[in-house]
Amino acid sequence: MRPFEYVSPTTEAEAVEALNGHDGQTMVLAGGTDLISLLQRDAVQTQRVVDIKKIDTLKSIEQVDDGVLIGATVTLDEALESPLLAGHDSIAQVIDGHRAIQIQSSGTLVGDLCQMPQCWYFRNGFGVLGRKDGESLAELGDNRYHAVFGNAGPAKFVCASRFAPSMVAWGAKVRVIGPTPEDEQFVPLEYFFVTPRLESQGVTVLKQGQLVTHIWLPTVADMKSGSYEVLESKGLDRPQAAASVCLQTEGDFVRDARIVMGHVAPTPWIAHEAARALVGQRLDEDMAGHIGDLAVSKATPLSMNEYKVAMARAAVKRSLLRAVGKLDAALV
Amino acid sequence: MAERTISWGPRASNKLIGSETTRIDGLDKASGFAKYTADMNQAGTLYARLLTCKHGHAKITRLNVDAAKKIAGVHTVYLFKNEGDECNWDGDIVAAVAAETADLAEDGVRAIEVSFEEQPHVVDEQDLEAARAAEATKEGIVDRTVGDPDKAIAEADVVHEGYYGIHTISHMCLEPHGAHCSWNDGDDGPKLIARHSTQAVSTTGKQFASKFGLDAADVRVVCNFIGGGFGSKFAADEWGWAAAQMSKDTGRPVRLMLDRATELKTPGTRPSGFANVTLAAKKDGTITAWKSHHWGTNGPQGGTIDGNQMPYVFEFENKKVEATGIKTNCGPNRAWRAPNHPQLCAITDTAMTDLAAKLKMDPVDLYKANLGQLDKVAKENGDLYRAQLDRASELMDWKKNFHAHGEGGTGAVKRGLGVALHRWGGQSVKCEAEVRLFEDGAAQVSIGSQDLGTGTRTVIAMVLAETCGLPLEKVTAKIGSSEYVYGNPSGGSITVGSVSGGTRRAALAAVWKLLDKVATKYDVDGSGLTVGDEAVWSGKKKVCSWKDACRLIGSVPITELGESPLDDGLTSKLVGGVQMADVSVDTDTGIVRINRMVAVQDCGLVINQMTAKSQVYGGLIMGIAYALSEERIMDNQTGRYINADMENYRLPRIGDIGELIVEMYQPDSEYNRGVVGLGEPPVISTGAAIANAVANATGVRVPVLPMTPKRVLDALKGGQA
Repeated sequence: MRPFEYVSPTTEAEAVEALNGHDGQTMVLAGGTDLISLLQRDAVQTQRVVDIKKIDTLKSIEQVDDGVLIGATVTLDEALESPLLAGHDSIAQVIDGHRAIQIQSSGTLVGDLCQMPQCWYFRNGFGVLGRKDGESLAELGDNRYHAVFGNAGPAKFVCASRFAPSMVAWGAKVRVIGPTPEDEQFVPLEYFFVTPRLESQGVTVLKQGQLVTHIWLPTVADMKSGSYEVLESKGLDRPQAAASVCLQTEGDFVRDARIVMGHVAPTPWIAHEAARALVGQRLDEDMAGHIGDLAVSKATPLSMNEYKVAMARAAVKRSLLRAVGKLDAALV
Repeated sequence: MAERTISWGPRASNKLIGSETTRIDGLDKASGFAKYTADMNQAGTLYARLLTCKHGHAKITRLNVDAAKKIAGVHTVYLFKNEGDECNWDGDIVAAVAAETADLAEDGVRAIEVSFEEQPHVVDEQDLEAARAAEATKEGIVDRTVGDPDKAIAEADVVHEGYYGIHTISHMCLEPHGAHCSWNDGDDGPKLIARHSTQAVSTTGKQFASKFGLDAADVRVVCNFIGGGFGSKFAADEWGWAAAQMSKDTGRPVRLMLDRATELKTPGTRPSGFANVTLAAKKDGTITAWKSHHWGTNGPQGGTIDGNQMPYVFEFENKKVEATGIKTNCGPNRAWRAPNHPQLCAITDTAMTDLAAKLKMDPVDLYKANLGQLDKVAKENGDLYRAQLDRASELMDWKKNFHAHGEGGTGAVKRGLGVALHRWGGQSVKCEAEVRLFEDGAAQVSIGSQDLGTGTRTVIAMVLAETCGLPLEKVTAKIGSSEYVYGNPSGGSITVGSVSGGTRRAALAAVWKLLDKVATKYDVDGSGLTVGDEAVWSGKKKVCSWKDACRLIGSVPITELGESPLDDGLTSKLVGGVQMADVSVDTDTGIVRINRMVAVQDCGLVINQMTAKSQVYGGLIMGIAYALSEERIMDNQTGRYINADMENYRLPRIGDIGELIVEMYQPDSEYNRGVVGLGEPPVISTGAAIANAVANATGVRVPVLPMTPKRVLDALKGGQA
């Protein structure tokens, strides 16, 4: 690992100031479950690591008028135990699906949203666009784990976040501060992720000197939610496709739906048409399969990843059934 | 023992041999007290880091280490390659830097000025036509015909043609390859001490010695514990020499362990094999012909799996076997647990199950119909398979649970069963054991052997304790250093036979000497004396305690050297083994889950039921890994080993293992043939059994291992049978 400077501010303002040092060649450390390995393999470089774990305002989950605020250092386990998140089944299911005490006890929800792609070209030093000598390695090379949606441009990686699908489905926002101490904005999570055309654009809207401090998650009465991640292993793993849904229902009928797929595109991928088609319909196994078909009907797989389309279809179908308690328990 | 013959005691008389005994070093290992090479931190130890090639194939056009050497704290740089040399795979080692800390060594590596000129690479080991177009093949490395296979195929009732394959995997030793080397300036003791992660304590010393112009006796190799070798840790290796050279240059101990990526890329892989197979049979299942052409790679050498043992376990009357090697810019191969056998099995036994499906036969019955056609080696071991197939079938409740090909259920998740079988040698080799009995009652055995994690240390102690009639905790087993008498390198499942034969022989000789002293002192007939329960007995009459007997030894201990192998019935060779798999296949996601595995395994006389079974558990787990998820992925674009990390090199987690049912096959006939090695066989047929279960569940053959969700979904989409 290359040497770097380590600072641990105790306030948000100090954190922003620290992030602005070294011309912004700085990185945020929360749980550290991914940053450390990225630094170890030299996939990213930084002059300064800003450890935000000592900032008191980032440590808790709090009730606000119309939802909850989750601080940037709240771990997966803390979120799972919080009564304030008891109604957000789809999020609890993803926490549970991590199946790794190490990640659950030190990884944070905000860190998950901000993590860099798992793309092996990125991790082997070819950047998030995975380019070498002007050619896209992911397009021509081994793209079995790459995007099947939103991949027409130079970015072929998939968004690594496991909580993005469920939180986008819930309509979450993230509170972003910086680059000046006064700057504060709430960005809808849907617009937080970026499909870069240039290496310098990054994978989120965050600019140098900015930091996500909180997730705002709406609380909606009677919302049914469900997530399904296609996980090859029953231990620590990352999904090869995932989906999360939020439904409002009347009896067996769907009044409103939001369907978001994960790990299929450089950003969380919202299945607008499929969600619209579900409205007014009775949600049973056949309908769930039909909606799954619709959700993936416009997929554009690369040379080696057509299989991911089938997985995404299954994820949509199963997340819908899970939301309404109709998923065979053996499939979870 | 009364007749004083070299033999094992009657089975019923054993106190320790044949028992379930926990490893004597288990607590040290589980609690972290056991020191591995990677744990060695002597005062003044320097740490080494490596510069490796990051291209599939490249020429080094510039290599200058001056800047690295100038970094404060960097002590020396060792060059594996020079300017102008070629690197032939991603991970080929260029240089090592030794420094006060690992971070400083990394700084040193980054300061090396190095430029590569990329050369064309070939890393696709599966696409034979592409390899031919790149002129990377070695054609006809096997081309062997027996009988008239074409005629037999033309005359057959049923002919099956299929494509099968199995990808390259790395050894993925948890403890990487490496050494901690120090030089000794004093007059006493060895000049070079290599604390080396090795499967060959007694034989790597000479490789260090010849490199540095020393006598073999001047080198001590020490390896008390090793975190996995699987066949890849027999040599001193250039990184071992580098550690020794850098230690010599600096006058400081140097520890050089490969980093994880290099560990996966460079110190060995298991070669791949892909095959087109044709099988012909009569209606009753008798196989009349085998034809196969297989190809694959073992790296730059251009070999593939051994065609001389194809088909596996069986020798059909008519056969034609061809093989083509592919020279690739992939890391080289080394022996991997049962070299060639898992791949041969994954090609042979899958084709046989598909033939059974075509015959509408239960594959267990197909095996039974062909037990008259075992190959020479399997035949020599007698007709074990029938009994083992029956026992495995009972444990799996095969007859009740087996269903016809593809009838695994109507839902998304299909369930199926598969079976495969294997064979292995396991004959003991030259090994010495030195047993010493002391006047204070201590009993000690020392061997320049090593415990790969298999329980060797425990087995040696059990044999000594049993032979001396002592409880296990009252004997000492010393291994892991070349200062002890010669122990064989541990490869080929030969160690348990070798060390237990030698230990038994030496211990018997030592005990007999002791009994002679007892006979004289107590004026009894020496030939009628036995030991047991910490005492010496004449029939049922206690003559004296073990302690009293040992007091007769005096100040010069009894020392006896025992050798293995001798044709004395203590050890034997050849094992069979049958495995069955019960899997569920999620046909929507392509995910395969293991419900249950059954393994029935013989290995002659079982010294320790627990460590023997744990070998089989380990074999099954490694088998599940290469069946479902584990593979080296080479990227055609960059020529790189693109998944050389613990995240993307996918190994199963505990939850992926399912229920493992292991039964040691050990009727008296097995006990009576003595000890046979067991390390390798249990990993051989696991992959084929699982592949066959997936085919049985879905009705579709997933032709290539590992059966990742991608391969399963691709196969289901193609629907090929």
